[in-house]
Amino acid sequence: MADTTAVSGQWRLKQPSIIPGFGMTLGFSLAYLSLIILIPIAGLIWRSASLGWSGFFSVLADTRTQDALFISFGTAFVAALINAIFGVIVAWILVRYEFPGRRLIDAMVDLPFALPTAVAGIALATLYAPKGWIGSLFMPFDLRIAFTPLGIIVALVFIGLPFVVRTVQPVMEEIDREVEEAAATLGANRFQTITRVLLPGLMPAILTGFALAFARGVGEYGSVIFIAGNIPYVSEIAPLLIVIRLEEFNYAGATAIATIMLLISFTMLLVINLIQAWSRRRYGHG
Amino acid sequence: MVEDIHMTNAIVGEPPEFRNPASESPAAKAALILAALVFLTFFLFLPLVSVFVEAFRKGAGEYLAALAEPDAVSAIKLTLLVAAISVPLNLVFGLAAAWAIAKFEFKGKAFLITLIDLPFSISPVISGLVYVLLFGSHSLLGPWLKSYGIEILFAVPGIVLATVFVTFPFVARELIPLMEDQGTGDEEAALSLGASGWQTFWYITLPNIKWGLLYGVLLCNARAMGEFGAVSVVSGHIRGLTNTMPLHVEILYNEYNFVAAFAVASLLALLALVTLALKTVLELRFGAGNTGGKH
Repeated sequence: MADTTAVSGQWRLKQPSIIPGFGMTLGFSLAYLSLIILIPIAGLIWRSASLGWSGFFSVLADTRTQDALFISFGTAFVAALINAIFGVIVAWILVRYEFPGRRLIDAMVDLPFALPTAVAGIALATLYAPKGWIGSLFMPFDLRIAFTPLGIIVALVFIGLPFVVRTVQPVMEEIDREVEEAAATLGANRFQTITRVLLPGLMPAILTGFALAFARGVGEYGSVIFIAGNIPYVSEIAPLLIVIRLEEFNYAGATAIATIMLLISFTMLLVINLIQAWSRRRYGHG
Repeated sequence: MVEDIHMTNAIVGEPPEFRNPASESPAAKAALILAALVFLTFFLFLPLVSVFVEAFRKGAGEYLAALAEPDAVSAIKLTLLVAAISVPLNLVFGLAAAWAIAKFEFKGKAFLITLIDLPFSISPVISGLVYVLLFGSHSLLGPWLKSYGIEILFAVPGIVLATVFVTFPFVARELIPLMEDQGTGDEEAALSLGASGWQTFWYITLPNIKWGLLYGVLLCNARAMGEFGAVSVVSGHIRGLTNTMPLHVEILYNEYNFVAAFAVASLLALLALVTLALKTVLELRFGAGNTGGKH
Protein backbone atom coordinates (compact mmCIF):
# COMPACT_ATOMS: atom_id res chain seq x y z
CA MET A 1 0.00 0.00 0.00
CA ALA A 2 1.36 3.39 0.97
CA ASP A 3 4.68 2.09 2.20
CA THR A 4 5.73 -0.21 -0.66
CA THR A 5 8.28 2.32 -1.88
CA ALA A 6 9.63 3.01 1.60
CA VAL A 7 13.42 2.97 1.75
CA SER A 8 14.86 0.59 4.34
CA GLY A 9 15.83 2.34 7.54
CA GLN A 10 13.00 4.77 7.13
CA TRP A 11 10.17 4.55 9.69
CA ARG A 12 7.38 2.41 8.38
CA LEU A 13 4.02 1.40 9.79
CA LYS A 14 4.11 -2.19 8.55
CA GLN A 15 6.49 -4.78 7.20
CA PRO A 16 6.20 -5.30 3.41
CA SER A 17 3.90 -8.14 2.37
CA ILE A 18 2.31 -9.35 -0.87
CA ILE A 19 -1.01 -9.97 0.91
CA PRO A 20 -3.55 -7.28 0.00
CA GLY A 21 -6.16 -5.57 2.14
CA PHE A 22 -4.08 -4.14 4.97
CA GLY A 23 -5.26 -0.58 4.49
CA MET A 24 -8.89 -1.56 4.11
CA THR A 25 -9.13 -4.00 7.03
CA LEU A 26 -7.08 -1.91 9.44
CA GLY A 27 -8.91 1.24 8.41
CA PHE A 28 -12.30 -0.35 8.90
CA SER A 29 -11.27 -1.91 12.25
CA LEU A 30 -9.98 1.39 13.59
CA ALA A 31 -13.05 3.32 12.41
CA TYR A 32 -15.45 0.77 13.93
CA LEU A 33 -13.41 0.55 17.16
CA SER A 34 -13.43 4.34 17.45
CA LEU A 35 -17.14 4.72 16.80
CA ILE A 36 -18.35 1.93 19.08
CA ILE A 37 -15.80 1.91 21.91
CA LEU A 38 -13.28 4.75 21.95
CA ILE A 39 -15.42 7.82 21.28
CA PRO A 40 -18.14 6.81 23.80
CA ILE A 41 -15.50 6.11 26.49
CA ALA A 42 -13.72 9.38 25.68
CA GLY A 43 -17.10 11.08 26.11
CA LEU A 44 -17.40 9.60 29.60
CA ILE A 45 -13.90 10.73 30.56
CA TRP A 46 -14.47 14.20 29.08
CA ARG A 47 -17.75 14.53 30.95
CA SER A 48 -16.06 13.47 34.15
CA ALA A 49 -13.19 15.95 33.62
CA SER A 50 -15.74 18.75 33.25
CA LEU A 51 -16.93 17.98 36.80
CA GLY A 52 -13.64 19.35 38.11
CA TRP A 53 -11.87 18.07 41.21
CA SER A 54 -14.42 19.60 43.56
CA GLY A 55 -17.39 18.03 41.76
CA PHE A 56 -15.56 14.72 41.62
CA PHE A 57 -14.64 14.72 45.31
CA SER A 58 -18.10 15.76 46.44
CA VAL A 59 -19.44 12.55 44.84
CA LEU A 60 -16.63 10.55 46.43
CA ALA A 61 -17.21 12.13 49.83
CA ASP A 62 -20.76 10.75 49.90
CA THR A 63 -20.72 7.78 52.29
CA ARG A 64 -23.28 5.97 50.13
CA THR A 65 -20.81 6.05 47.21
CA GLN A 66 -17.95 4.91 49.45
CA ASP A 67 -20.02 2.06 50.89
CA ALA A 68 -21.18 0.93 47.43
CA LEU A 69 -17.60 0.88 46.12
CA PHE A 70 -16.41 -0.94 49.25
CA ILE A 71 -19.20 -3.54 48.93
CA SER A 72 -18.49 -4.09 45.20
CA PHE A 73 -14.75 -4.51 45.65
CA GLY A 74 -15.01 -6.42 48.95
CA THR A 75 -17.53 -9.01 47.75
CA ALA A 76 -15.71 -9.39 44.41
CA PHE A 77 -12.46 -10.01 46.30
CA VAL A 78 -13.96 -12.68 48.59
CA ALA A 79 -15.76 -14.35 45.66
CA ALA A 80 -12.56 -14.40 43.57
CA LEU A 81 -10.72 -15.93 46.53
CA ILE A 82 -13.34 -18.70 46.88
CA ASN A 83 -13.10 -19.28 43.11
CA ALA A 84 -9.30 -19.40 43.25
CA ILE A 85 -9.50 -22.28 45.76
CA PHE A 86 -12.40 -24.28 44.33
CA GLY A 87 -11.53 -23.41 40.73
CA VAL A 88 -8.11 -25.03 41.18
CA ILE A 89 -9.71 -28.14 42.74
CA VAL A 90 -12.23 -28.37 39.86
CA ALA A 91 -9.47 -27.90 37.26
CA TRP A 92 -7.37 -30.56 39.05
CA ILE A 93 -10.08 -33.24 39.07
CA LEU A 94 -10.90 -32.48 35.41
CA VAL A 95 -7.25 -32.77 34.31
CA ARG A 96 -6.03 -35.61 36.52
CA TYR A 97 -8.88 -37.95 37.41
CA GLU A 98 -11.19 -40.21 35.44
CA PHE A 99 -14.70 -40.45 36.85
CA PRO A 100 -18.20 -40.80 35.43
CA GLY A 101 -19.58 -37.48 34.18
CA ARG A 102 -16.19 -35.81 33.80
CA ARG A 103 -16.87 -34.69 30.21
CA LEU A 104 -20.26 -33.27 31.22
CA ILE A 105 -18.77 -31.32 34.11
CA ASP A 106 -16.00 -30.03 31.86
CA ALA A 107 -18.61 -28.66 29.44
CA MET A 108 -20.81 -27.28 32.25
CA VAL A 109 -18.02 -25.17 33.74
CA ASP A 110 -18.64 -22.68 30.90
CA LEU A 111 -22.32 -22.31 31.87
CA PRO A 112 -21.79 -18.93 33.59
CA PHE A 113 -20.33 -17.58 30.32
CA ALA A 114 -23.38 -18.72 28.35
CA LEU A 115 -26.25 -18.25 30.81
CA PRO A 116 -27.68 -14.71 30.74
CA THR A 117 -26.92 -12.94 34.01
CA ALA A 118 -30.57 -12.09 34.72
CA VAL A 119 -31.46 -15.79 34.53
CA ALA A 120 -28.64 -16.67 36.92
CA GLY A 121 -29.79 -13.85 39.18
CA ILE A 122 -33.40 -14.96 39.62
CA ALA A 123 -32.38 -18.63 39.92
CA LEU A 124 -29.80 -17.92 42.64
CA ALA A 125 -32.17 -15.53 44.47
CA THR A 126 -34.87 -18.23 44.54
CA LEU A 127 -32.45 -21.00 45.60
CA TYR A 128 -30.71 -19.06 48.36
CA ALA A 129 -33.83 -17.31 49.71
CA PRO A 130 -34.84 -18.37 53.26
CA LYS A 131 -37.48 -20.70 51.79
CA GLY A 132 -35.38 -21.87 48.82
CA TRP A 133 -33.76 -25.30 48.39
CA ILE A 134 -30.36 -24.15 49.61
CA GLY A 135 -31.35 -21.14 51.73
CA SER A 136 -33.61 -23.29 53.91
CA LEU A 137 -30.64 -25.54 54.76
CA PHE A 138 -28.94 -22.60 56.48
CA MET A 139 -31.97 -21.19 58.28
CA PRO A 140 -31.56 -23.53 61.31
CA PHE A 141 -28.20 -21.75 61.87
CA ASP A 142 -29.96 -18.38 61.50
CA LEU A 143 -27.77 -17.68 58.48
CA ARG A 144 -29.48 -15.63 55.78
CA ILE A 145 -27.73 -15.71 52.42
CA ALA A 146 -30.06 -14.05 49.89
CA PHE A 147 -30.72 -10.33 50.44
CA THR A 148 -27.45 -9.87 52.41
CA PRO A 149 -23.85 -9.27 51.25
CA LEU A 150 -23.42 -13.07 51.39
CA GLY A 151 -25.89 -13.30 48.51
CA ILE A 152 -23.73 -10.95 46.44
CA ILE A 153 -20.75 -13.24 47.06
CA VAL A 154 -22.80 -16.28 45.95
CA ALA A 155 -23.72 -14.57 42.65
CA LEU A 156 -20.12 -13.48 42.03
CA VAL A 157 -18.79 -16.99 42.75
CA PHE A 158 -21.15 -18.27 40.05
CA ILE A 159 -20.07 -15.58 37.56
CA GLY A 160 -16.32 -15.91 38.21
CA LEU A 161 -15.88 -19.70 38.35
CA PRO A 162 -15.03 -20.32 34.66
CA PHE A 163 -12.34 -17.62 34.67
CA VAL A 164 -10.19 -19.49 37.19
CA VAL A 165 -10.88 -23.00 35.84
CA ARG A 166 -10.26 -22.07 32.20
CA THR A 167 -7.06 -20.16 33.00
CA VAL A 168 -5.56 -22.85 35.25
CA GLN A 169 -6.69 -25.96 33.33
CA PRO A 170 -4.45 -25.60 30.20
CA VAL A 171 -1.38 -24.88 32.35
CA MET A 172 -2.12 -27.95 34.49
CA GLU A 173 -2.41 -30.11 31.36
CA GLU A 174 1.11 -29.10 30.36
CA ILE A 175 2.76 -30.06 33.67
CA ASP A 176 5.52 -32.56 33.05
CA ARG A 177 4.73 -35.61 35.22
CA GLU A 178 8.45 -36.39 35.50
CA VAL A 179 8.86 -33.37 37.78
CA GLU A 180 6.47 -34.95 40.27
CA GLU A 181 8.19 -38.33 39.97
CA ALA A 182 11.56 -36.66 40.56
CA ALA A 183 10.18 -34.96 43.68
CA ALA A 184 8.82 -38.31 44.91
CA THR A 185 12.13 -40.14 44.34
CA LEU A 186 13.92 -37.36 46.24
CA GLY A 187 11.76 -38.20 49.24
CA ALA A 188 9.00 -35.59 49.08
CA ASN A 189 5.62 -36.82 50.18
CA ARG A 190 2.62 -36.03 47.97
CA PHE A 191 1.58 -32.96 49.97
CA GLN A 192 5.09 -31.50 49.74
CA THR A 193 5.21 -32.19 45.99
CA ILE A 194 1.93 -30.36 45.46
CA THR A 195 2.63 -27.36 47.67
CA ARG A 196 6.34 -26.91 46.90
CA VAL A 197 6.67 -28.14 43.31
CA LEU A 198 3.32 -27.89 41.53
CA LEU A 199 1.65 -24.85 43.10
CA PRO A 200 4.51 -22.38 42.47
CA GLY A 201 4.39 -23.22 38.76
CA LEU A 202 0.60 -22.80 38.71
CA MET A 203 0.66 -19.55 40.66
CA PRO A 204 0.76 -17.12 37.68
CA ALA A 205 -2.25 -18.86 36.12
CA ILE A 206 -4.12 -18.87 39.44
CA LEU A 207 -3.35 -15.17 39.94
CA THR A 208 -4.49 -14.34 36.40
CA GLY A 209 -7.72 -16.29 36.92
CA PHE A 210 -8.24 -14.58 40.28
CA ALA A 211 -7.71 -11.14 38.71
CA LEU A 212 -10.08 -11.88 35.81
CA ALA A 213 -12.79 -13.16 38.19
CA PHE A 214 -12.25 -10.17 40.47
CA ALA A 215 -12.44 -7.65 37.59
CA ARG A 216 -15.59 -9.26 36.25
CA GLY A 217 -17.14 -9.40 39.73
CA VAL A 218 -16.58 -5.71 40.44
CA GLY A 219 -18.59 -4.69 37.38
CA GLU A 220 -21.24 -7.42 37.54
CA TYR A 221 -24.82 -6.21 37.68
CA GLY A 222 -27.46 -8.59 36.29
CA SER A 223 -26.90 -11.60 38.51
CA VAL A 224 -26.32 -9.55 41.67
CA ILE A 225 -29.28 -7.16 41.87
CA PHE A 226 -31.86 -9.93 42.32
CA ILE A 227 -30.10 -11.67 45.22
CA ALA A 228 -28.50 -8.65 46.92
CA GLY A 229 -31.55 -7.04 48.50
CA ASN A 230 -30.04 -3.70 47.42
CA ILE A 231 -30.15 -2.00 50.82
CA PRO A 232 -28.19 1.29 50.69
CA TYR A 233 -24.97 1.20 52.79
CA VAL A 234 -25.38 -2.58 53.31
CA SER A 235 -25.85 -4.53 50.09
CA GLU A 236 -25.93 -1.92 47.34
CA ILE A 237 -23.25 -2.44 44.69
CA ALA A 238 -21.54 0.37 42.75
CA PRO A 239 -23.04 -0.49 39.30
CA LEU A 240 -26.52 -0.34 40.86
CA LEU A 241 -25.74 3.06 42.39
CA ILE A 242 -24.78 4.28 38.88
CA VAL A 243 -28.19 3.14 37.61
CA ILE A 244 -29.96 4.82 40.57
CA ARG A 245 -28.10 8.11 39.97
CA LEU A 246 -29.05 7.93 36.27
CA GLU A 247 -32.71 7.41 37.15
CA GLU A 248 -32.48 10.51 39.37
CA PHE A 249 -31.00 12.39 36.35
CA ASN A 250 -27.89 12.92 38.50
CA TYR A 251 -25.49 12.53 35.58
CA ALA A 252 -22.55 13.98 37.52
CA GLY A 253 -22.93 11.35 40.25
CA ALA A 254 -23.25 8.49 37.75
CA THR A 255 -20.26 9.73 35.72
CA ALA A 256 -17.98 10.13 38.74
CA ILE A 257 -18.68 6.61 40.07
CA ALA A 258 -18.26 5.15 36.58
CA THR A 259 -14.92 6.94 36.12
CA ILE A 260 -13.56 5.57 39.39
CA MET A 261 -14.65 2.06 38.42
CA LEU A 262 -13.09 2.46 34.94
CA LEU A 263 -9.77 3.63 36.40
CA ILE A 264 -9.65 0.64 38.73
CA SER A 265 -10.60 -1.76 35.88
CA PHE A 266 -7.81 -0.40 33.69
CA THR A 267 -5.35 -0.84 36.56
CA MET A 268 -6.56 -4.45 36.92
CA LEU A 269 -6.05 -4.99 33.18
CA LEU A 270 -2.51 -3.68 33.51
CA VAL A 271 -1.83 -5.95 36.50
CA ILE A 272 -3.13 -8.99 34.59
CA ASN A 273 -0.84 -8.17 31.65
CA LEU A 274 2.13 -7.72 34.00
CA ILE A 275 1.45 -11.09 35.69
CA GLN A 276 1.32 -12.77 32.29
CA ALA A 277 4.49 -11.08 31.03
CA TRP A 278 6.28 -12.04 34.26
CA SER A 279 5.07 -15.62 34.03
CA ARG A 280 6.19 -15.90 30.38
CA ARG A 281 9.68 -14.80 31.41
CA ARG A 282 9.77 -17.02 34.47
CA TYR A 283 7.98 -20.17 33.30
CA GLY A 284 7.78 -19.86 29.52
CA HIS A 285 3.98 -19.91 29.34
CA GLY A 286 1.27 -17.37 29.89
CA MET B 1 9.35 -53.67 39.73
CA VAL B 2 5.60 -53.72 39.18
CA GLU B 3 5.81 -57.25 37.77
CA ASP B 4 7.57 -58.44 40.95
CA ILE B 5 4.90 -57.02 43.19
CA HIS B 6 2.18 -58.68 41.14
CA MET B 7 4.04 -62.00 41.34
CA THR B 8 4.44 -61.89 45.12
CA ASN B 9 0.86 -60.86 45.54
CA ALA B 10 -0.27 -63.67 43.31
CA ILE B 11 1.55 -66.11 45.58
CA VAL B 12 0.35 -64.57 48.85
CA GLY B 13 -3.14 -64.05 47.41
CA GLU B 14 -3.63 -60.42 48.45
CA PRO B 15 -4.70 -57.60 46.12
CA PRO B 16 -1.78 -55.58 44.71
CA GLU B 17 -0.88 -52.57 46.82
CA PHE B 18 1.20 -50.65 44.36
CA ARG B 19 0.50 -46.91 44.37
CA ASN B 20 2.10 -44.42 42.03
CA PRO B 21 4.10 -42.09 44.31
CA ALA B 22 3.43 -39.23 41.90
CA SER B 23 -0.30 -39.43 42.51
CA GLU B 24 -2.70 -38.90 45.42
CA SER B 25 -4.03 -41.67 47.66
CA PRO B 26 -7.49 -42.98 46.68
CA ALA B 27 -8.96 -41.34 49.78
CA ALA B 28 -7.52 -37.93 48.85
CA LYS B 29 -8.80 -38.36 45.28
CA ALA B 30 -12.29 -39.19 46.49
CA ALA B 31 -12.27 -36.22 48.88
CA LEU B 32 -11.20 -33.79 46.14
CA ILE B 33 -13.80 -35.07 43.68
CA LEU B 34 -16.48 -34.88 46.39
CA ALA B 35 -15.49 -31.31 47.33
CA ALA B 36 -15.60 -30.21 43.68
CA LEU B 37 -18.95 -31.92 43.07
CA VAL B 38 -20.60 -30.39 46.16
CA PHE B 39 -19.28 -26.96 45.15
CA LEU B 40 -20.50 -27.33 41.56
CA THR B 41 -23.89 -28.65 42.71
CA PHE B 42 -24.50 -25.58 44.90
CA PHE B 43 -23.22 -23.01 42.42
CA LEU B 44 -23.85 -24.52 38.99
CA PHE B 45 -26.21 -27.50 38.74
CA LEU B 46 -28.95 -26.50 41.18
CA PRO B 47 -29.31 -22.97 39.74
CA LEU B 48 -29.72 -24.45 36.26
CA VAL B 49 -32.18 -27.14 37.35
CA SER B 50 -34.19 -24.67 39.42
CA VAL B 51 -34.89 -22.48 36.35
CA PHE B 52 -36.83 -25.33 34.73
CA VAL B 53 -38.45 -26.55 37.97
CA GLU B 54 -39.77 -23.05 38.79
CA ALA B 55 -40.94 -22.55 35.19
CA PHE B 56 -43.07 -25.71 35.30
CA ARG B 57 -44.21 -25.27 38.93
CA LYS B 58 -47.83 -24.71 37.85
CA GLY B 59 -47.79 -27.13 34.95
CA ALA B 60 -47.14 -26.98 31.23
CA GLY B 61 -50.34 -25.02 30.52
CA GLU B 62 -49.25 -22.01 32.61
CA TYR B 63 -45.76 -22.29 31.13
CA LEU B 64 -46.99 -22.07 27.55
CA ALA B 65 -49.49 -19.34 28.41
CA ALA B 66 -46.65 -17.23 29.86
CA LEU B 67 -44.68 -17.59 26.63
CA ALA B 68 -47.67 -16.81 24.39
CA GLU B 69 -48.44 -13.58 26.23
CA PRO B 70 -48.13 -10.56 23.84
CA ASP B 71 -45.41 -8.76 25.88
CA ALA B 72 -43.36 -11.96 26.03
CA VAL B 73 -43.73 -12.49 22.28
CA SER B 74 -42.63 -8.92 21.52
CA ALA B 75 -39.65 -9.33 23.90
CA ILE B 76 -38.62 -12.50 22.06
CA LYS B 77 -38.95 -10.73 18.70
CA LEU B 78 -36.90 -7.75 19.87
CA THR B 79 -34.16 -10.00 21.25
CA LEU B 80 -33.95 -11.86 17.93
CA LEU B 81 -33.87 -8.56 16.01
CA VAL B 82 -31.10 -7.09 18.18
CA ALA B 83 -28.98 -10.24 17.84
CA ALA B 84 -29.63 -10.35 14.07
CA ILE B 85 -28.18 -6.85 13.71
CA SER B 86 -25.35 -6.83 16.24
CA VAL B 87 -23.85 -10.29 15.61
CA PRO B 88 -23.23 -9.72 11.84
CA LEU B 89 -21.72 -6.29 12.61
CA ASN B 90 -19.24 -7.81 15.04
CA LEU B 91 -18.65 -10.71 12.66
CA VAL B 92 -17.52 -8.34 9.88
CA PHE B 93 -15.39 -6.40 12.36
CA GLY B 94 -13.87 -9.62 13.73
CA LEU B 95 -12.88 -10.78 10.24
CA ALA B 96 -11.39 -7.39 9.30
CA ALA B 97 -9.50 -6.96 12.57
CA ALA B 98 -8.18 -10.53 12.52
CA TRP B 99 -7.04 -10.14 8.90
CA ALA B 100 -5.13 -6.94 9.67
CA ILE B 101 -3.65 -8.25 12.93
CA ALA B 102 -2.83 -11.85 11.97
CA LYS B 103 -1.65 -11.43 8.38
CA PHE B 104 0.54 -8.34 8.81
CA GLU B 105 3.30 -7.07 11.07
CA PHE B 106 2.76 -3.46 12.05
CA LYS B 107 3.54 -1.03 14.85
CA GLY B 108 1.08 -0.73 17.71
CA LYS B 109 -0.41 -4.20 17.16
CA ALA B 110 -0.30 -5.25 20.82
CA PHE B 111 -1.96 -1.98 21.82
CA LEU B 112 -4.72 -2.52 19.26
CA ILE B 113 -5.41 -6.00 20.68
CA THR B 114 -5.65 -4.51 24.19
CA LEU B 115 -8.17 -1.94 22.90
CA ILE B 116 -10.27 -4.68 21.28
CA ASP B 117 -10.36 -6.52 24.63
CA LEU B 118 -11.45 -3.39 26.50
CA PRO B 119 -15.21 -4.15 26.63
CA PHE B 120 -14.47 -7.37 28.59
CA SER B 121 -13.11 -5.37 31.49
CA ILE B 122 -15.80 -2.69 31.60
CA SER B 123 -18.93 -3.07 33.72
CA PRO B 124 -22.02 -3.59 31.51
CA VAL B 125 -23.69 -0.69 33.31
CA ILE B 126 -20.85 1.62 32.22
CA SER B 127 -21.18 0.29 28.64
CA GLY B 128 -24.76 1.53 28.68
CA LEU B 129 -23.91 4.74 30.52
CA VAL B 130 -21.44 5.92 27.85
CA TYR B 131 -24.26 5.95 25.28
CA VAL B 132 -26.63 7.75 27.65
CA LEU B 133 -23.97 10.46 28.08
CA LEU B 134 -23.44 10.61 24.31
CA PHE B 135 -27.05 10.65 23.09
CA GLY B 136 -29.10 11.66 26.17
CA SER B 137 -31.07 14.90 26.35
CA HIS B 138 -28.28 16.53 28.42
CA SER B 139 -25.53 15.68 25.93
CA LEU B 140 -24.09 17.58 22.99
CA LEU B 141 -25.67 15.30 20.42
CA GLY B 142 -29.03 14.91 22.17
CA PRO B 143 -30.78 18.19 21.18
CA TRP B 144 -29.37 17.97 17.63
CA LEU B 145 -30.71 14.42 17.17
CA LYS B 146 -34.04 15.47 18.65
CA SER B 147 -34.41 18.30 16.12
CA TYR B 148 -34.17 15.72 13.34
CA GLY B 149 -36.54 13.35 15.13
CA ILE B 150 -33.91 10.61 15.49
CA GLU B 151 -34.42 8.41 18.54
CA ILE B 152 -31.46 6.42 19.79
CA LEU B 153 -31.91 6.13 23.54
CA PHE B 154 -34.97 4.27 24.84
CA ALA B 155 -35.34 2.83 21.32
CA VAL B 156 -33.98 -0.04 19.25
CA PRO B 157 -30.80 1.75 17.97
CA GLY B 158 -29.61 2.33 21.54
CA ILE B 159 -30.22 -1.31 22.48
CA VAL B 160 -28.31 -2.44 19.39
CA LEU B 161 -25.39 -0.08 20.16
CA ALA B 162 -25.13 -1.27 23.77
CA THR B 163 -25.26 -4.91 22.60
CA VAL B 164 -22.60 -4.31 19.95
CA PHE B 165 -20.40 -2.73 22.66
CA VAL B 166 -20.55 -5.67 25.08
CA THR B 167 -20.20 -8.36 22.38
CA PHE B 168 -17.52 -6.42 20.48
CA PRO B 169 -14.46 -8.65 21.17
CA PHE B 170 -15.98 -12.15 20.84
CA VAL B 171 -15.39 -12.95 17.15
CA ALA B 172 -12.08 -11.06 16.86
CA ARG B 173 -10.78 -12.74 20.06
CA GLU B 174 -11.49 -16.19 18.62
CA LEU B 175 -10.05 -15.51 15.15
CA ILE B 176 -6.82 -13.62 15.96
CA PRO B 177 -4.91 -16.52 17.63
CA LEU B 178 -6.30 -19.01 15.08
CA MET B 179 -5.23 -16.96 12.05
CA GLU B 180 -1.85 -16.15 13.64
CA ASP B 181 -1.21 -19.90 14.03
CA GLN B 182 -2.10 -20.55 10.39
CA GLY B 183 0.39 -17.97 9.13
CA THR B 184 0.37 -16.48 5.62
CA GLY B 185 1.79 -19.36 3.53
CA ASP B 186 -1.53 -20.52 2.03
CA GLU B 187 -2.57 -17.01 1.07
CA GLU B 188 0.83 -16.22 -0.47
CA ALA B 189 0.64 -19.41 -2.57
CA ALA B 190 -2.85 -18.53 -3.83
CA LEU B 191 -1.83 -14.96 -4.67
CA SER B 192 1.30 -16.06 -6.52
CA LEU B 193 -0.87 -18.45 -8.58
CA GLY B 194 -2.92 -15.47 -9.71
CA ALA B 195 -5.88 -15.41 -7.33
CA SER B 196 -7.30 -12.01 -6.47
CA GLY B 197 -7.45 -10.77 -2.88
CA TRP B 198 -11.15 -11.60 -2.52
CA GLN B 199 -10.70 -15.03 -4.12
CA THR B 200 -7.87 -15.76 -1.69
CA PHE B 201 -10.04 -14.77 1.25
CA TRP B 202 -13.12 -16.64 0.03
CA TYR B 203 -11.50 -19.91 -1.14
CA ILE B 204 -8.42 -20.15 1.10
CA THR B 205 -8.76 -18.21 4.35
CA LEU B 206 -12.46 -18.66 5.06
CA PRO B 207 -12.47 -22.49 4.77
CA ASN B 208 -9.44 -22.56 7.09
CA ILE B 209 -11.13 -20.55 9.83
CA LYS B 210 -14.78 -21.57 9.46
CA TRP B 211 -15.04 -23.60 12.69
CA GLY B 212 -13.28 -20.98 14.77
CA LEU B 213 -15.52 -18.36 13.20
CA LEU B 214 -18.66 -20.37 14.01
CA TYR B 215 -17.43 -20.76 17.59
CA GLY B 216 -16.90 -17.01 17.98
CA VAL B 217 -20.32 -16.27 16.47
CA LEU B 218 -21.98 -18.72 18.88
CA LEU B 219 -20.45 -17.05 21.95
CA CYS B 220 -21.20 -13.60 20.54
CA ASN B 221 -24.82 -14.56 19.91
CA ALA B 222 -25.33 -16.05 23.38
CA ARG B 223 -24.08 -12.87 24.98
CA ALA B 224 -26.04 -10.63 22.58
CA MET B 225 -29.33 -12.36 23.42
CA GLY B 226 -28.63 -12.48 27.14
CA GLU B 227 -27.13 -9.04 27.81
CA PHE B 228 -28.86 -7.34 30.71
CA GLY B 229 -26.95 -4.51 32.39
CA ALA B 230 -25.96 -2.43 29.34
CA VAL B 231 -29.33 -2.89 27.65
CA SER B 232 -31.19 -2.11 30.85
CA VAL B 233 -29.50 1.31 31.10
CA VAL B 234 -30.32 2.40 27.52
CA SER B 235 -33.71 0.75 26.98
CA GLY B 236 -36.04 2.75 29.20
CA HIS B 237 -38.01 -0.46 29.96
CA ILE B 238 -40.99 0.32 27.74
CA ARG B 239 -43.18 -2.78 27.84
CA GLY B 240 -43.88 -4.33 24.48
CA LEU B 241 -41.54 -1.83 22.76
CA THR B 242 -38.02 -1.76 24.19
CA ASN B 243 -38.02 -4.82 26.43
CA THR B 244 -35.67 -7.61 25.46
CA MET B 245 -36.11 -11.09 26.99
CA PRO B 246 -33.73 -10.53 29.95
CA LEU B 247 -35.45 -7.21 30.76
CA HIS B 248 -38.86 -8.88 30.50
CA VAL B 249 -37.66 -11.53 32.97
CA GLU B 250 -36.73 -8.77 35.41
CA ILE B 251 -40.11 -7.02 35.14
CA LEU B 252 -42.08 -10.25 35.63
CA TYR B 253 -39.89 -11.25 38.59
CA ASN B 254 -40.32 -7.86 40.27
CA GLU B 255 -44.11 -8.21 39.81
CA TYR B 256 -43.89 -11.53 41.73
CA ASN B 257 -45.06 -13.32 38.59
CA PHE B 258 -42.45 -16.04 39.17
CA VAL B 259 -43.82 -18.74 36.85
CA ALA B 260 -43.86 -16.36 33.89
CA ALA B 261 -40.42 -14.94 34.78
CA PHE B 262 -38.89 -18.42 34.92
CA ALA B 263 -40.75 -19.51 31.78
CA VAL B 264 -39.09 -16.74 29.73
CA ALA B 265 -35.82 -17.40 31.61
CA SER B 266 -36.03 -21.08 30.67
CA LEU B 267 -35.89 -20.14 26.97
CA LEU B 268 -32.68 -18.22 27.64
CA ALA B 269 -31.31 -21.13 29.68
CA LEU B 270 -32.12 -23.44 26.78
CA LEU B 271 -30.19 -21.11 24.47
CA ALA B 272 -27.23 -21.33 26.85
CA LEU B 273 -27.39 -25.14 26.91
CA VAL B 274 -27.56 -25.37 23.10
CA THR B 275 -24.60 -22.97 22.87
CA LEU B 276 -22.58 -25.10 25.31
CA ALA B 277 -23.48 -28.32 23.46
CA LEU B 278 -22.45 -26.93 20.06
CA LYS B 279 -19.29 -25.47 21.58
CA THR B 280 -18.35 -28.86 23.08
CA VAL B 281 -18.99 -30.63 19.76
CA LEU B 282 -16.85 -28.07 17.91
CA GLU B 283 -14.03 -28.46 20.42
CA LEU B 284 -14.09 -32.25 20.30
CA ARG B 285 -14.37 -32.60 16.52
CA PHE B 286 -12.39 -29.70 15.18
CA GLY B 287 -10.27 -28.51 18.08
CA ALA B 288 -11.77 -25.07 17.56
CA GLY B 289 -11.33 -22.44 20.23
CA ASN B 290 -8.64 -22.12 22.82
CA THR B 291 -9.74 -22.76 26.37
CA GLY B 292 -7.94 -19.64 27.62
CA GLY B 293 -10.63 -18.17 29.81
CA LYS B 294 -11.24 -14.63 28.60
CA HIS B 295 -14.87 -14.12 27.76
